Amino acid sequence: MTELLRLEKICKTFPGVIANDNVDLSIERGEIRALLGENGAGKTTLMNCVYGVYRPNSGKIFWKGKEVHIHRARDAIALGIGMVHQHFMLVPPLTVAENVILGLPSPREPLLELSKVEAQIRESGEKYRLLVDPKARIWQLPVGIQQRVEILKALYRKAELLILDEPTAVLTPGEVEELFVILRKLAEDGLAIIFISHKLEEVRAICEKVTVLRGGRVVDTVNACDTSARELAKMMVGREVFLKFDKPKIEPGEVVLSVKNLSARDNRDLPAVRGVSFEVRRHEILGIAGVDGNGQTELAEVIAGLREATGGTVSILGKDTTKKTPREIIAMNVAYIPPDRQHTGLLLDFSITENLVGKAFWKPDFSRSGFLSKKKLDLFADRAIREFDVRTPGAGLKAKLLSGGNQQKVVLARELSGNPDLVIASQPTRGLDIGATEYVHKQMLEARARGAAILFVSTELEEILSLSDRIAVMYEGQIMGIVPAQDADIHEIGEMMAGVRRLGEAVGSGEKMG
Amino acid sequence: MLEQIVAVILSVELYTAVVRMTTPLLLAALGSILAERSGVVTFSMEAMMLLGAVGAIIGSGLTGSAWLGLCVAMLFGALVGLIYAVWAVSIGANQIVTSVALNLGALGLSSILYVMTFAPAKGEVIEQVIQVPSLPAWKIPLLGDIPVIGTVFFNQIPIVYFGYLLIPIIWFILYKTTWGLKVRAVGEHPHAADTVGISVAGVRYISVVISGIMSGLAGAFLSIGMLNTFQEGMSAGRGFIAYTAIVFGKWEPLGVALGTVLFGAADALQLRLQAMNLAIPYQFMVAFPYLVTFITLVVFVGKAVWPASYGMPFQREGK
Ligand SMILES: Nc1ncnc2c1ncn2[C@@H]1O[C@H](COP(=O)(O)OP(=O)(O)OP(=O)(O)O)[C@@H](O)[C@H]1O
Ligand SMILES: [Mg+2]
Repeated sequence: MTELLRLEKICKTFPGVIANDNVDLSIERGEIRALLGENGAGKTTLMNCVYGVYRPNSGKIFWKGKEVHIHRARDAIALGIGMVHQHFMLVPPLTVAENVILGLPSPREPLLELSKVEAQIRESGEKYRLLVDPKARIWQLPVGIQQRVEILKALYRKAELLILDEPTAVLTPGEVEELFVILRKLAEDGLAIIFISHKLEEVRAICEKVTVLRGGRVVDTVNACDTSARELAKMMVGREVFLKFDKPKIEPGEVVLSVKNLSARDNRDLPAVRGVSFEVRRHEILGIAGVDGNGQTELAEVIAGLREATGGTVSILGKDTTKKTPREIIAMNVAYIPPDRQHTGLLLDFSITENLVGKAFWKPDFSRSGFLSKKKLDLFADRAIREFDVRTPGAGLKAKLLSGGNQQKVVLARELSGNPDLVIASQPTRGLDIGATEYVHKQMLEARARGAAILFVSTELEEILSLSDRIAVMYEGQIMGIVPAQDADIHEIGEMMAGVRRLGEAVGSGEKMG
Repeated sequence: MLEQIVAVILSVELYTAVVRMTTPLLLAALGSILAERSGVVTFSMEAMMLLGAVGAIIGSGLTGSAWLGLCVAMLFGALVGLIYAVWAVSIGANQIVTSVALNLGALGLSSILYVMTFAPAKGEVIEQVIQVPSLPAWKIPLLGDIPVIGTVFFNQIPIVYFGYLLIPIIWFILYKTTWGLKVRAVGEHPHAADTVGISVAGVRYISVVISGIMSGLAGAFLSIGMLNTFQEGMSAGRGFIAYTAIVFGKWEPLGVALGTVLFGAADALQLRLQAMNLAIPYQFMVAFPYLVTFITLVVFVGKAVWPASYGMPFQREGK
């Protein structure tokens, strides 16, 4: 095989952080290479150096054997490097075809010619099973399809190397399978692919070789098939990681959250939650399983007061909160971890400290007669950063400069630091490395031990099974059934997630089952 | 009194006036849609209009050609646009604050330029009204002969016709050209545009300069198109009204054009009614178009969907 890309001694520092430290890497045509590493290990930064988003402080980049200088994305694109960013770079109000040709000259310059692009999108779509409607607008598409658009965008620019930064973090298990089929086809055609992920099983399924980064350095490059998930985890974190944990048995207490016959609509004004009822008690974790986009996100938002209910009631500790504002609900000691840290979870242009106290700044602990006490804020922030192991040079850093996983830790630190009575966690481990995931799970169990009621929404069946006391499965806005975790059968739950099976009387009156 | 009002509403003069009062708003607002869609707030149209107005007078007065006056107006507008772009795009200053500063500065600068050009001797005041060659009306063959409609729409000065054409032109640029696609992408997601190699600053600079040229033309219409003289502060808040029309029209060419017609009509009605010497207080009449603008802003701003990066300077991280 021939070498396509070689990195020699790449270094990249940010004020206070060494993101990449003498990194060497060599990628061949037709290979699918995994890049593994903890949150903040420097994976995204390294790829951004290759793609021209950042310029390395030192080191060399060779492309097809020749040294190249990549100053901006345009240079990388011209060489044949395509990148699908961790946070998609698509313009939401534009159509698929418009996004694909954006920045490229048209055959009838200065006029747009979309029909040819549309035809080509359909053609590659069929060739690589990347089916997308070229006329659809991005905001209308689910994330799985948006990702296909990103891949199409790279292919349309004749990419020979495709970098995918955590492509599966936002995908459902089915979509992941489809993506793998696509990637294998692309690799067969000679494309090289760099695949960043935290999910060890996935990495072992699709990649031959795995390069592990820790603290900005390459730890090793190993063959995926010769290495167990456990060994990989150890290389990443630098210590033994417990992929499984014990969950002590605790009798549930009083009812904290009670949802009756709740309905709501999604952003497109279509029914998203359709007559859902359940209860969550103290010392209990109710897992909401389901394929992404079946109303779980909307359900969590309604309970947190962020979305209007179109029917039914929500009550927290006996009080009707259906019509209450988010702030009133927060004041009832409710924590909400949103699924989308970039848009609703964080104020990206604000510092970590400001984000940490963003929810409680008006409380007397932090403000005196309307003014914030900087000293108290800083103390609080430093403690939270230490406790939640946020990797940052300082509390004053803007949230957008943190690595994806560390952003999520800031959200968690903010939400869990007030000993909440109710925790609504919507996809809290999305994009987190195994160390951090382990940490979130521990936090959830601790909150449970302290007496919190926890609503845990996740598309990862594994973690739902290991964490929950009871499991509710959502499909097309309805609860297909609620089962106690100890008698849960993966197949049964899988079928309910696909909408095939439904536990007879369980619909709408789940708590009788629990 | 009611009869008189009805008479005004039924008069051809009113509608001719509507077209005339709409034109400057239309030119500025439509010409600024590109800049707005690229994410830059064009609250600076007032400054561009004022300098356009004085530029037209100077150009026309010094050369004796109204057409060269137009060119000078566009040049002055473009220069204001360029200065604004340096602050708003390169330096990344707050766009509203910069606009307000420019608008105030333009008020003084336009008068100074006017006096410097036309004062009989240094330090003297201009006593009589300066008259310069103004643009002639062009009657469009055939169309101009249609009764009423011909008089109202097709018996105007050329800038008016250009205004009509601007509606489809801007729409076409925005939706049918690669440049328009870049403008929309830069306004909605500058970071994404940057990663595919589009120069965010370049797109914004050009769009803001276009806004300057078109607003300068609007200013020329005020001085050598309507009155054929210059008065201090003669744009009289039309830059702000044009801005309101953009918000009202939700940044879509046709909607924005409708907005300018609404405000232009309010202004024309007020003028015609004033001329009738009715028992309505004069102050109310003068305030009427601004009142309409204000109410529309209150009603529509809440519902407006701004371009996602609106008013925000773009900067790459960590270079
Ligand atoms: N523009 C920036 N300015 C300052 N620090 C930065 C910047 N970008 C990244 N960093 C820091 O560099 C380090 C590496 O970040 P990077 O995003 O590459 O991590 P990652 O391996 O992609 O992690 P994740 O899995 O969480 O996405 C982190 O400590 C991060 O805070
Ligand atoms: Mg990353």
